[in-house]
Amino acid sequence: MTWVLKSVLLYGEGEPVDVLLADGRIEAIGVGLSGDDAIDGAGLVLLPGLVDLHTHLREPGREDAETVETGTLAAALGGFTAVHAMANTDPVADTAGVVEQVWRLGLEAGHCDVAPVGAVTVGLRGEHMAELGSMADSAARVRVFSDDGKCVSDASLMRRAMEYVKAFDGVIAQHAQEPRLTEGAQMNEGITSSKLGLAGWPAVAEEAIIARDCILAGHVGGRLHVCHVSTAGSVELIRWAKDKGWDVTAEVTPHHLLLTDDLAATYDPVYKVNPPLRTQSDVEALRQGLADGTIDCVATDHAPHALEDKESEWGAASPGMTGLETALSVVAKAMVETGLLSWRQVAERLSETPARIGRLDGHGRPLEVGEPANLCLVDPSATWTVDPRTMATRSRNTPYAGDVLPARVVATFLRGRPTVLDGKPA
Amino acid sequence: MTAGQTAPPGGVPGAAPQRPVSGDPAAAKPVLTAAEVARAVDRMAHELLEKTGGGADVVLLGIPTRGTTIAARLARRIEAFEGLVVPTGSLDITLYRDDLRLKSPRALEETEVPPEGIDGKLVVLVDDVLFSGRTVRAALDALADLGRPRAVQLAVLVDRGHRELPIRADYVGKNIPTSLREAVHVQLTEHDGQDAVLLGPARLGPGS
Amino acid sequence: MKRHLLSAADLTRDDALLVLDTAEELAQLTERATVKKLPTLRGRTVVNLFFEDSTRTRTSFELAAKRLSADVINFSAKGSSVSKGETLKDTALTLEAMGSDAVVIRHSWSGAPVNLARWVKGSVINAGDGTHEHPTQALLDAYTMRQRHGRIEGLRVTIVGDVLHSRVARSNVLLLSTLGADVTLVAPPTLLPVGVESWPCESTYDLDAVLPKSDVVMMLRVQRERMGAAYFPSTREYSRRYGLDVRRVTTLKDDAIVMHPGPMVRGMEIAPEVADGVRSTIQEQVANGVSVRMAVLYLLLGGAESAIGTPE
Repeated sequence: MTWVLKSVLLYGEGEPVDVLLADGRIEAIGVGLSGDDAIDGAGLVLLPGLVDLHTHLREPGREDAETVETGTLAAALGGFTAVHAMANTDPVADTAGVVEQVWRLGLEAGHCDVAPVGAVTVGLRGEHMAELGSMADSAARVRVFSDDGKCVSDASLMRRAMEYVKAFDGVIAQHAQEPRLTEGAQMNEGITSSKLGLAGWPAVAEEAIIARDCILAGHVGGRLHVCHVSTAGSVELIRWAKDKGWDVTAEVTPHHLLLTDDLAATYDPVYKVNPPLRTQSDVEALRQGLADGTIDCVATDHAPHALEDKESEWGAASPGMTGLETALSVVAKAMVETGLLSWRQVAERLSETPARIGRLDGHGRPLEVGEPANLCLVDPSATWTVDPRTMATRSRNTPYAGDVLPARVVATFLRGRPTVLDGKPA
Repeated sequence: MTAGQTAPPGGVPGAAPQRPVSGDPAAAKPVLTAAEVARAVDRMAHELLEKTGGGADVVLLGIPTRGTTIAARLARRIEAFEGLVVPTGSLDITLYRDDLRLKSPRALEETEVPPEGIDGKLVVLVDDVLFSGRTVRAALDALADLGRPRAVQLAVLVDRGHRELPIRADYVGKNIPTSLREAVHVQLTEHDGQDAVLLGPARLGPGS
Repeated sequence: MKRHLLSAADLTRDDALLVLDTAEELAQLTERATVKKLPTLRGRTVVNLFFEDSTRTRTSFELAAKRLSADVINFSAKGSSVSKGETLKDTALTLEAMGSDAVVIRHSWSGAPVNLARWVKGSVINAGDGTHEHPTQALLDAYTMRQRHGRIEGLRVTIVGDVLHSRVARSNVLLLSTLGADVTLVAPPTLLPVGVESWPCESTYDLDAVLPKSDVVMMLRVQRERMGAAYFPSTREYSRRYGLDVRRVTTLKDDAIVMHPGPMVRGMEIAPEVADGVRSTIQEQVANGVSVRMAVLYLLLGGAESAIGTPE
């Protein structure tokens, strides 16, 4: 079965062209192409399939919140062809057995590729290094290791982990949160927290860890990836580390590019997330950092939660927001509509760079003949209203319910096979 | 309830029959002049002294706001006529109203019981206008919570008729027959800059 | 329209004065005229939903509701389904099914009353939530200040102690600034929140400098466990720098009053001689609490619509 995408704009640039997909690859790019099936792509932007470095699929353990099946379907609907599944499941993905299980579930679901992230420490407890090499050598081919949800706060352990993964070209993705500075923390520490009487999560708790880890990475020549950067100070530190030539990359979530901590005044836990929403000046700095390349990519930190974990008091609620199905639209709103990024740059920040950081073969490739047909077709001029009830994710904790967002994913192709057509599961 | 108070126009659908609850004094016509108001108060003071055997044991309790003012005037006249100082106070009935659930809660007025108390006394309740009788009923409830008077009487400056309860006044300054489409406005210098009783068109509200 | 009292910021100046005036009339009725029970809220049900122990506040609300003839249900978290894992939302829906007209909630999480207000049809009254607010405490404090000083506008009010963790401080700052008082917070820097400069008040670390200018000194409770978290080194040092002792009281103006929301730690933030002295309003605050809570219940529940508070 071959598909032809008619009159699409590659990266949103140049003249409309037809793109023919066959045998899982881009067979031809030109005009007047034909195939078994066709999509009228007039006015649509063709991007390489999006790659998420930071997804919580919750399986195994919290299948009531999300499964690999529902999470990867949500990913496909959001334009993703590959996601990195975080390790904080139950059991924790800290052995070859668990990461292979998650990887196989992804294969069976077939909506997008699932690249499991391995835990850095056994049980995420921050005490003993997990068997990182076994996970790297497993069928899941793990390259990204993270205790996400928890910080690898022990400096010695962090140093050893960054050193150790050099043997198989791995990267440590750090959840930068100094634990003693954030005991009981509920939201960004600042004016809003002082008024709401919620314990503060100060920017310094993130920045102190980032500073330490950047210097460690420079010292040992290891690879550091900083998860969900949320403060202006963090952007500065990463800029500094890159200037030094250290191998440091960073991601920002869509929500930190758009939302601010004053939303907590509703005490609606849908706005509770870790790291917390920050201030408008942080949002501006993150946008600039993403635009100038200091922050390498956008990662969703898609964190589905069951209803009872969100319909509660703020303090009792679990932190996190869903994000796979809204990520591209939020980036369009925060970065494209504001003129900070072109669609060409969106392809880089949401596909090419995360695929490179995760060492994912076949993803984030150029839109050229012979390349794998992992693609995402976007209508940049469409708008849509976010309705949590109609989303594919099993959870409802989107902070955008009722919002009208720009840009819509029309179709997603995984190795030439449509996973999404006309904005719906294919 | 007495005239001069406002209520939301239209009232509550399906509630008590529509009653005149307020009106615009500017559109009203005088029925009692200042001199006539003064004469009415004087006559009530005389009657009160007569009917209470010289006013011993009497306590005057006005229902705020204008009832309190009239009670004070009655006390001054009694003192002028007989040299008798009658204990006077005020009795707010807001918390005892039977139409509380129909409106938003209103600010409370003062309740001031004379130091002598009311136990064993002859309490004369004083109000400006007697209409449905519901205010007086609420006042009787309030009084029961304050103590046990020997007897209770009622003095009003204007009786406009249309009673909804078996209540009558012992002392009436002036009977003014009215229609339900009319509103009575009692004006007193202390509150309104002049003494007068006016009759004008009413806006309709829920029964009160 | 249903309304709630969730934050002292919900009250406009007129609202706040209406509460204080109403409380004054109610105090007159219940104290001087010895009316023990008013029929005003007959047939209405008030639920006291206390997730934290607070006999003082719960009793005050209970007495206030009962004096207005409301039916009162005391629902404490201990021994109830709440301690068996029932969520606040489920509890709210249960209370709703019982037909409650108002819920008075005390909760250890900031914002829980705001959440509750989204789930129940009746009015919600915040009786203290976490380290956020305690609006009826602020109202009774303002009432007490007005009783002693005859006014609130222009009063210099000094609030001393653990501001960071104090719901009493937050509500008082908001209410007193609405009512035109000048509030100064005094605490060690560790116990002032980051962001306090955005509050409508002043703050300082120097108690001795502000005492001679104060009309009201409000001492906040300081929990000993804060010491373990390194907010201050020892109770002795805290007491020396921020406690209201006999010497400091001598620097006050003649008519200055000393307040404490209770429960107090004698010898820590306040010396026993000061707590029991003539300037102390601590007993009045307790008595005034009932009148103020009666006023709040009457104004929220007494009619078809609430007269004060946050719109739904």
